[in-house]
Amino acid sequence: MSPELINLIIQATGESLFMVAVAALVATALGLPIGIFLATSGKGELFAAPKINAILGVIVNATRSTPFIILVVAIIPFTRLIAGTSIGSGAAIVPLTIAATPFIARLVEAAIREVDAGLIETASSFGATPLQIVLKVLIPEALPGLLLALTLAVVSLLGYSAMVGAVGGGGLGDLGIRYGYQRFMPEMMLAVVVVLIALVQTVQTVGDYFAKRVNRRLRHR
Amino acid sequence: MVRFEGVEKTYPAYRGKPSVRALQNIDFAVPRGSITGVIGRSGAGKSSLVRLINGLEKPTTGRVEVDGRDISALSGRELRLAQRSIGMIFQHFNLLSSRTAAANIALPLEIAGWSKADIAVRVAELLDLVDIADKHDRYPSELSGGQKQRIGIARALATRPSVLLSDEATSALDPQTTRAILDLLANINRELGVTIILITHEMSVVRQLANEVVVIDAGDIVERGHVADIFTHPKQAITQTFLAEVLGESIPISLASRLQEAPVPGGQAVLRVLVRGDAGDTVVARLARELSIDVALLSARIDEIGGQRVGSLIVGVPGGDATAAQVLAYLSQHQFSAERLGYVA
Repeated sequence: MSPELINLIIQATGESLFMVAVAALVATALGLPIGIFLATSGKGELFAAPKINAILGVIVNATRSTPFIILVVAIIPFTRLIAGTSIGSGAAIVPLTIAATPFIARLVEAAIREVDAGLIETASSFGATPLQIVLKVLIPEALPGLLLALTLAVVSLLGYSAMVGAVGGGGLGDLGIRYGYQRFMPEMMLAVVVVLIALVQTVQTVGDYFAKRVNRRLRHR
Repeated sequence: MVRFEGVEKTYPAYRGKPSVRALQNIDFAVPRGSITGVIGRSGAGKSSLVRLINGLEKPTTGRVEVDGRDISALSGRELRLAQRSIGMIFQHFNLLSSRTAAANIALPLEIAGWSKADIAVRVAELLDLVDIADKHDRYPSELSGGQKQRIGIARALATRPSVLLSDEATSALDPQTTRAILDLLANINRELGVTIILITHEMSVVRQLANEVVVIDAGDIVERGHVADIFTHPKQAITQTFLAEVLGESIPISLASRLQEAPVPGGQAVLRVLVRGDAGDTVVARLARELSIDVALLSARIDEIGGQRVGSLIVGVPGGDATAAQVLAYLSQHQFSAERLGYVA
């Protein structure tokens, strides 16, 4: 493979990582509070607001059930509004974030719901405020699950980021389609797939490592 | 001290399930510095009672006072402040798995806004108090049930509460560990003067630790008083079944199998006598002296409960039903609870 092609791969990998990193950060910043709210706003729960909970649930489900490629196209006007353009890696961050936020919210909700309800009651009986319960009990106790959720979200984002290549989003997917598919370069397609596999493997390994490290429910000796 | 005045708690109907009255006509006071056992079967309303004391729930009617404040009328910040004077320990310990022993004990202090330095000093004191100073940096998953409950106790006492609620705190522990935890609670009551309210379904826990007992059944207080009084003069059937557990199956199996419902000519009537205090030790001798009846001691168990000797004797009375009736009359006249179990040859 020529040095120019290798440079293309490196550049595309950089674009993919940039898109995924920014989208993951923003989606986590949005999805974490939404997920915590979803897990704690049912009837009789910490921030009981069953109606808002139900409405939010419908919005999250609607976003989750829209196929990603349709979401990308459907929100082009919104993407233009935010990014000034609908083409390139920067613009691709918008649909990636919108797709990942409800996904992360649902994963966070599941992780938070795993925390023993007895612990919430215990902290309440000490006179903890709902915010103290979230910060001192729910998040620390759910941390292993939250880290695994984040890992899963990043892996999914890598897949989505390859998909935005199909609509001019840049990155590894773009490279694979333009060179590997349209120019009949199977070695380029293979290289793109190998890089993606390596990235997913790395993300998963690092995520598993940290999730295990913070998990004190298991004996360590 | 803790006082219930005309408390009723009804959970409203929800999703097609009818409303449930968990507690009614609850009127009692727990004296400052006492250890009061609240005993009842599961579903009797014990948990509702605890949740009313620590303000996690409000009574439908009536008031619940803790240290002279009507906790049922407080909310928000005032309630959270009041909750710091009420500690609680739990059956399943409810420790945070993500925190070390020391950090678990620190939790209520962090919530109360103590400084880091003050917290460190207080946590060290508490670890000493519950005798697990060497477990400072251990996580709950590395500790035994007894050690976890010690952390639970230290955490409950962290903010120097005047009342400690124990919700089945020893139900998940083996008998030996239960004993050690109950001893620790007795020490804490003695040395710190903390009022302890023990919620339990086991009479043996009440027996080992409490001075006062409240028996609840189906949301009602059915019996209450000094432990020794209740043990010797139980009025309600439910209390008697709790007592039968702790006094052991006092009819030996070999005797139970021979027991008949009708009098046996030339045989004995079998009586169970509940005894209390010094009188208990001499009841057999007194029957022999004062009634000239030689009763046979078939089975006996004497224990110390609430600082008094309490026991259950099973005796055989010879000479037919008339003699047995004479003995029962004598016992009842001298304030012993006694019942006829049957007859043996």
